[in-house]
Amino acid sequence: MIQVEGLKKTFGTVQALQDVSFTAGDGRITGLLGHNGAGKSTTLRVLSTVIRANEGRALIDGHDCANEPLQVRRSLGVLPHASGLYAHLSGRENIAYYGELHGLRGAELKRSVDEMIERLSLGSVAERRAKGYSQGERLKVGLARALIHRPQTVILDEPTNGLDVNAVRMLRELIRGLRESGRCVLFSSHVMQEVAALCDDIVIISHGRVVVRGTPAEILAKTGAPDLEEAFVRAADGEVAQ
Amino acid sequence: MSAVWTVFRKEVVENLRDRRVILSAFFFGVLLAPVIFGLTTTMVSKRAVANQDKPLKLPVAGADHAPNLVQFLRENGVQVEDVKLTSDQATDSVRSGERDLVLLITDEYGKALQAGESAPLSLVVDTSNSNTSPSADRARQLLGAYAHQMAALRLMVRGINPTVIDPIGVHTLDVATPAGRSLLILGMMTYFCFMSMLVGGFYLAIDTTAGERERHSLEPLLTLPISRSELIVGKMLATATYMSVSLLLTLATFGVVLTFIPLEALGMSANFGPRVVLAIFAIMLTFVPMGAGLMTVVASFTRSNREAQSWLSVVMMLPIAPIMFAVVSGTKPSASLMAVPSLSQHLLATSLMRGDAMPALHVLICVGTTLALGALLVGIAIKLYQREAILG
Repeated sequence: MIQVEGLKKTFGTVQALQDVSFTAGDGRITGLLGHNGAGKSTTLRVLSTVIRANEGRALIDGHDCANEPLQVRRSLGVLPHASGLYAHLSGRENIAYYGELHGLRGAELKRSVDEMIERLSLGSVAERRAKGYSQGERLKVGLARALIHRPQTVILDEPTNGLDVNAVRMLRELIRGLRESGRCVLFSSHVMQEVAALCDDIVIISHGRVVVRGTPAEILAKTGAPDLEEAFVRAADGEVAQ
Repeated sequence: MSAVWTVFRKEVVENLRDRRVILSAFFFGVLLAPVIFGLTTTMVSKRAVANQDKPLKLPVAGADHAPNLVQFLRENGVQVEDVKLTSDQATDSVRSGERDLVLLITDEYGKALQAGESAPLSLVVDTSNSNTSPSADRARQLLGAYAHQMAALRLMVRGINPTVIDPIGVHTLDVATPAGRSLLILGMMTYFCFMSMLVGGFYLAIDTTAGERERHSLEPLLTLPISRSELIVGKMLATATYMSVSLLLTLATFGVVLTFIPLEALGMSANFGPRVVLAIFAIMLTFVPMGAGLMTVVASFTRSNREAQSWLSVVMMLPIAPIMFAVVSGTKPSASLMAVPSLSQHLLATSLMRGDAMPALHVLICVGTTLALGALLVGIAIKLYQREAILG
């Protein structure tokens, strides 16, 4: 469960977030949609406690991102926009490192790592050094690393960028699987089709402001657009006041 | 605290698998530095030995005019070479470097000697050629000794005690201990030790900020339920460990290399047993936190690996500058100098090698100031890691 109220963030003179408010519920997939530079990554970075907002409040499963970052991080799994692996460690070691930093030890750690390797069908790839991984393999290990502690809330920043069809499919299935098990999934994208294919709720953000939010049907109604793509264009270009 | 251990272990393992790190950290310290050191030292000592043992070769023009003098020179181990040269030819051959020096004896010499006047001799030398100055010094000394002997004989013939021409008797007492003489050469060693220590932690210090950022692994790392302080402390501990291991390996290799260098032939002895090596290691170890902190702080301001590397190469000269200065100027240890990190370690290490006593106060000031500055730099590095700007 993610609750965001009136987030504001400036970098120097640049106002990255002017007013961002939305809610992402458990057992639902929420898409954060916007053009490049609209403030998606900044919002997700505030939520993942990497940076702090100047104003406003963000709660993850009831914990405040600004005041209780460690509690937030315990119930949060994050796949940032660019998620680099350690090239000299094997996939298994990369995953286990994150598991250990989440406090998993011994047999419990091994069981969790094995489970993730099986769930993402990494198989023997996991024993190889990450140096020679394909993009799909890197994504799988990145995901396994982010989910090793079974987080209640999962944040994915532009996860499908530059992936081939198979990897995108795998990712969609995984995200749906997370929804079935009652998790809260928030992911960002600048591709409408991506969001339409997957999301229960959509939040459209433009110039650091949330312009429209709701289920796809609600968004169509609010924008008066015939389809979601048209709705996105209208909303993102600021033609719709909420 | 266990998160610090996890981070530390991962950094150590990961970097052990990185050929670039291993090459730079351990190749330089274990192979390159001792080899360079061994070669230069062997060369210097061989040359010194050669100069000392070489018999003086003295070309003499007009030896017939002074048979007694030539006899005296031969008795003192001089290889007298009879040459037929005029004064101008002799000057030219020395100037051109064909001969090191020439002793010119003219018929004036015999006449003046018989008349009891000051007998003229010319020694042609080139003082701008440092290779020949030991030979010239020895020739001058021998001629002086001959003149003194002759004067003493003349006085005795006249019934005068020859000591009247020795109103002052100068005794030179050489206090250079054998180990002390090898100091200049061994001074070079602390320089190599600092170098290998810093090179050992070079890549790890960069990796802590610029490296993780460039690989895009920093942001996911910061979303884990550990504090940034734990993260950077674990990383800096790994950096410090690599620095310490690199230093220890370098010192150990020096210990082995020094047994093969003919320092004894120079009348030098290297005080470099296992106990001295360990003591030097302990002294130098106090510099590790400062080095690790300094490198991490500088690297955290850079945007990329490449930029970090060029900045750190400059930073690495910083601790080495005072040592260069000390080696060249022959600085002696003092309490105030012990407040200068790197210089103080150098001075204490050379004292250990020389076998000198180290005042407890010196050790205390050295360890105290270096560790305090180290703690300060580590603190700054931790503080800088909290900034949002480290995400780049």
